[in-house]
Amino acid sequence: MTNIMIVGVGGQGTLLASRILGAAAIANGYDVKVSEVHGMSQRGGSVVTYVKYGDKVYSPIVGEGEADIILAFEQLEAYRYANYLKKGGKMLVNIQKTNPMPVITGAAEYPKDIIEKMRQKGADIIDVDAFSLACEAGNAKTVNVVLIGVLAARSNIEKDIWLSALEDTVPPKFLEVNKKAFELGYNL
Amino acid sequence: MIMKKLMLGNAAVARGAYEAGVRVVSSYPGTPSTEITEEIAKYDEIYCEWAPNEKVALEVAIGASFAGARAMSCMKHVGLNVAADPLYTASYTGVGGGLVVCVADDQGMHSSQNEQDSRLVAISSKIPMLEPADSEECKIFTQKAFELSEKYDTPILIRLSTRISHSQSLVQEGERENVELKDYVKDTAKYVMMPAMAMKRHHYVERRLDDMRKLAEDCEFNVVEKKDSKIGVISAGIAYQYAKEVFPDASFLKLGMINPLPTQLILDFAKSVEKVYVIEELEPVIENHCKVLGIDVIGKDILSNIGEFSVAQIREAVFGEKADTIKIEEPMPNRPPVMCAGCPHRGTFYVLKKLGLRVSGDIGCYTLGALAPLSSMDMCVCMGASIGMAHGMEKARGSEFARKTVAVIGDSTFIHSGITGLVDIVYNKGTSTVIILDNSITGMTGHQHNPATGFTIKGEPTKGVDLVKLCSAIGIDRVTVIDPFNIKKFEQVLREETEVDEPSVIIAQRPCALLKDVKHGKPLEINENCKVCKACMKIGCPAISVIDGKVEIDKSLCVGCALCVRVCRFNAIGAGGAKDD
Ligand SMILES: Cc1ncc(C[n+]2csc(CCOP(=O)(O)OP(=O)(O)O)c2C)c(N)n1
Repeated sequence: MTNIMIVGVGGQGTLLASRILGAAAIANGYDVKVSEVHGMSQRGGSVVTYVKYGDKVYSPIVGEGEADIILAFEQLEAYRYANYLKKGGKMLVNIQKTNPMPVITGAAEYPKDIIEKMRQKGADIIDVDAFSLACEAGNAKTVNVVLIGVLAARSNIEKDIWLSALEDTVPPKFLEVNKKAFELGYNL
Repeated sequence: MIMKKLMLGNAAVARGAYEAGVRVVSSYPGTPSTEITEEIAKYDEIYCEWAPNEKVALEVAIGASFAGARAMSCMKHVGLNVAADPLYTASYTGVGGGLVVCVADDQGMHSSQNEQDSRLVAISSKIPMLEPADSEECKIFTQKAFELSEKYDTPILIRLSTRISHSQSLVQEGERENVELKDYVKDTAKYVMMPAMAMKRHHYVERRLDDMRKLAEDCEFNVVEKKDSKIGVISAGIAYQYAKEVFPDASFLKLGMINPLPTQLILDFAKSVEKVYVIEELEPVIENHCKVLGIDVIGKDILSNIGEFSVAQIREAVFGEKADTIKIEEPMPNRPPVMCAGCPHRGTFYVLKKLGLRVSGDIGCYTLGALAPLSSMDMCVCMGASIGMAHGMEKARGSEFARKTVAVIGDSTFIHSGITGLVDIVYNKGTSTVIILDNSITGMTGHQHNPATGFTIKGEPTKGVDLVKLCSAIGIDRVTVIDPFNIKKFEQVLREETEVDEPSVIIAQRPCALLKDVKHGKPLEINENCKVCKACMKIGCPAISVIDGKVEIDKSLCVGCALCVRVCRFNAIGAGGAKDD
């Protein structure tokens, strides 16, 4: 069983990322569950989606210490869910930072050196400047697909399958730019 | 090869209803149930609508059922409270065409104001309830529900929960069954519920429940999975999925029909194992049933009736095992949801805060106005309550108190259950000021049309409710329509309307910033005029923050709405929208 968590800020496109991942996993013949977040927390809140695949999946949720991979769209969210990482698991972290409201209002501070601190705790981290890569691909909104590319290169699913999952999930109008974004992430 | 499709539980319920030949679906949105009806709307063969509220929705479905069609109504758990009146009596009338009510609970309150357990409603209304545990079951159970409804002459409840509704798993699609409309038969003894007839129907309901109890004993949805006999687990729905991971080798009794519960099946299962665990979220419904049967079970003595479960939580409660994880001790700022950049509600709450008014609140995106830095909502109970509560406060403390109090309510919520509150104010000589936040959509649940938007669920133009005319027809003589981003004027109107000794309505009209046809300006920038006075921080925009002592606008978030330009006294924010007041 492979347990993947996608964490980020509502509105960053984590839902699409989890759907591409889900599509790739079924195309590979696995039993799959994808658990999404709709409603309140999509409004700029902290969001988590879970993707689990293997011979037979029961719970759609990944628990603490169970994630093989955490794909984090934002640093603080990576930090928040670091305790979900399995021993020996990997974290792929987009280095973007988005201030949450308590930081904006001055009620709290954004923690410093998050990636360093997580590494010191033993987390295996690949940090990615997905925003720059997305801009390089031609659209800042493709951050999610850049990150899926990074993940794909470290998964047990073939590249062709990822590409056709991308084709099935992304609107045709945006396919070219998304393919570019995927490649940039994949070849990182 | 037949391919299975990855589907949300909600989409699978819609698929099941479609395949069962449903003809009429009427619902009111509510997380986590909303996508069922949105998916239904994609099937041209089905008539489908958003009703003004859940009570009307269920009544429409009941009418369609009486008229001989298979019908369905979908809602969230608290929506079932609104629909409770027709629900309890539809249990007596029974059905014409199959009638299914799908209710989605929200354990963990991902998007709700409470976490009530709908199984208790099924018990007290004496309506059978099915509970699927994944998307495939969502489809199959829904299909079967229509069949059972007609066979036993009863509405059927289907219970979902956030993790079932919003998880995708594999579903095998089938063909749509061709179910003819049944003949409409006038049957006053069955359909006119006045005492003499209803008493007879109550006897029928009790007999029906007995029949359903027999069904529960060998219902295909109540399944024994025989494995090791040391531990037996009784569970249902999402909790079953968690339990399967916690107890991979145990024997299971998986209940798909949770009202009424089987008796002999449970007794036999309990006898076949050494120790019985009941794993269920929220109320101990199955557990209490077991205890009445004299079975010694472990359940709520080790597991909470608050919130949702996780595999880790159950594992710890049962085996005392804790996952070995990375531990971060550093305190971390929360990331609560916020009003989006460009949200029209921000203007309203900025002014409410400035005037220091007490705000009787309601449910929708604008409930976020309760959080810092806007912090301008004093109470929020249920949909529509803002208006009645404001009136109640006035009656408790007098009209002087009312001058410093307003009610705020969204357009969809006003139509849902705010209108009657307004009628009460006028009828009983209140003087409250009510602000209707008309953002031309039902925002909170993800952009559904409502009777005030002028479009149907399928996006077809229709007559929209004219809120101004409606309020004046109720008897409100002072109705003002205003753009909440015009903060100077808004403040002036608010001062006037709260002062007067009669009820008034302010319609704050500006479309949701996320609507497709809303045009945005370019992202704004802070220029050299900035004195870091932080006036712009008071609007609580997620795009504005102070970084290293300087105010900055995050270009990736800013939509150029220019509300910040209007609150800046130093002309320090440039480009994008212009000042016009
Ligand atoms: C009885 C009931 N039904 C449904 C809901 C789910 N719900 C919460 S707010 C809301 C409507 C919000 O729309 P609106 O009042 O227009 O405000 P907006 O979110 O657009 O600001 C709905 C449907 C609920 N909380 N209670």
